Amino acid sequence: VPALAEPLGIGRAALPEEVAAWDVAIMPDGRGLPQGGGNVLDGEDLWIEQCAVCHGDFAEGAGNWPQIVGGLGTLMDDRPVKTTDSYWPHLSTVWDYVNRSMPFGAAQTLTGDEVYAITAYILYSGGLVDDDFELTHENFTSITLPNADGFFVDDRDDVELPLFTQEPCMSDCRAPVSISARATDIDVTPEFPIIRFT
Amino acid sequence: MTDTPNDAAKTPRGTSRRDFLRTAGLAAGGAMVGAGAKAASPDPLITEVQPYASFLGEGVDATPYGMPIHFEDHVVRRNVEWLTADPISSINFTPIHALDGTITPQGCAFERHHSGAIEMSKDEYRLMITGLVDKPLVFTFGDLMRMPRVQHTYFCECAANGGMEWGGAQLNGAQFTHGMIHNMEYTGVSLRTLLNEAGVKPEGTWVYVEGHDASSNGRSIPMEKALDDCIVAFYANGEALRMEHGYPVRLVVPGWEGNMWVKWLRRIGVHDGPIESREETSKYTDLMPDGRARKWTWVMDAKSVITSPSPQVPVSHGPGPMVITGLAWSGRGKVTRVDVSVDGGVNWQEARIAGDPQSMAVTRFYFDHVWDGAPMFLQARAIDETGYVQPTKEQLRAIRGLNSIYHNNAIQTWYVNENGDAENVEVS
Repeated sequence: VPALAEPLGIGRAALPEEVAAWDVAIMPDGRGLPQGGGNVLDGEDLWIEQCAVCHGDFAEGAGNWPQIVGGLGTLMDDRPVKTTDSYWPHLSTVWDYVNRSMPFGAAQTLTGDEVYAITAYILYSGGLVDDDFELTHENFTSITLPNADGFFVDDRDDVELPLFTQEPCMSDCRAPVSISARATDIDVTPEFPIIRFT
Repeated sequence: MTDTPNDAAKTPRGTSRRDFLRTAGLAAGGAMVGAGAKAASPDPLITEVQPYASFLGEGVDATPYGMPIHFEDHVVRRNVEWLTADPISSINFTPIHALDGTITPQGCAFERHHSGAIEMSKDEYRLMITGLVDKPLVFTFGDLMRMPRVQHTYFCECAANGGMEWGGAQLNGAQFTHGMIHNMEYTGVSLRTLLNEAGVKPEGTWVYVEGHDASSNGRSIPMEKALDDCIVAFYANGEALRMEHGYPVRLVVPGWEGNMWVKWLRRIGVHDGPIESREETSKYTDLMPDGRARKWTWVMDAKSVITSPSPQVPVSHGPGPMVITGLAWSGRGKVTRVDVSVDGGVNWQEARIAGDPQSMAVTRFYFDHVWDGAPMFLQARAIDETGYVQPTKEQLRAIRGLNSIYHNNAIQTWYVNENGDAENVEVS
């Protein structure tokens, strides 16, 4: 870490109201959560009103829009289904992301209690709580998502670098090649003009 | 390596360039055009006075800010509709197949938004530093302009660049397989300078950066990186950032995945741990074969691609001398060497690196080849200053499987057939 110079004295102190308005990130241990709560039934009403058009009545997804629950146990499948209950590690992320960035196209329109209720409904839809559950700032950290231990820190330096830092072969490196897959067989590329020079 | 023609100009093996040209000319029935060929009749573009040689062109008042000439209308960003549910949280692609050098023109440099490209003025702009600091601060754009500036050229590559190709050869063109990248010269303020103004407390070991847009795109960055080389940038390629690239202020995170280059930067929070936001849990984590996932895969590894010839730029001149060119880059430092193969990796030759390679910036390479007209399997292989050699897709799949989505830096193969048409393929 480089030594820091004297401050320049540029900028002004942020006021508490300004910090409160913008610094709304929630940490995995629940720090940052506002006081309040919301239950599954209220969450269901809000969900139907504000979320279901894209994410389905049961958070199962609609059309090409993201599926929010389901897919538990599919992470080793050919086509894994990665949702809040099958993949996400922390409930804090659900609260934080819904609060800040949803609904898509009308973000930051939900109150804290509404976000608690919607989060409770997501937990219920994933089968993680009963329908009489109420999520509050006090019981928030008692919820552990199924894939909480599913992540590990980037290990490329240990696993890949030893393999990929060896002197490369320059001649007669392998047998002659043949085509094993071609993009034109799949044919999903948009039309594009071919550049030809005369 | 110096900027001089490589030995490939004398190939194919055992023949001199002159012998080869004579043979190739005969094979093509004497139709080959080029040095030494004689025109059948005078060229009217030469013998007749053309309008542009007689009449007047446009005045200097016609174009206060110009666009490329209309003949270059194909050199544009393109999107692939089926990749995402809507065009707002989506991606488009830089026309790298049609560009040369290393600097990406801003107007066709790729975009990736999560809630669209927002419009915000410099007057509206505010940047806040909060959290574990001595003094939480608010800066205006004018404040930033008073601070000591730094300037560097870096690539910004989307973590998902090439992600559609994990399962096979899917999209047909370098623009689509490798075009989630741009390379610009940035000017701005070191993130270190801003953090120093607020005074980071000893327990402040991470920063959380987020944008003004609805998606916020919040990401956690360890303090070591934040104090090292990150830039709070407001100029790119000599002018203000484009709206779609974060006007008026974005974060530049050299060598690291593009998602962390937060646009419309609004807040820098100092914390004692990572936030583990949506963009570093649900997204930008890399699922491995055992069902667990890598997180915090920040660095973009060494990578290269031949931009021409490629599916959008076939060989249109027939056998003979040709230019094979492409891009190489590494988030771990400078690219020190690029090897090119025309036979799918059986044999390799060193390409020429153009100019002076910069750390964590795009590097241009050239390979001067004499094509004998037989099909080619073109590949490039980048090597960086740490000794990292760009792997094959098989090598990566052996470790990561097929569902890691991000960080595909595998060697690309273009099949060039006897007509010169090029195609995205995998070989075995």
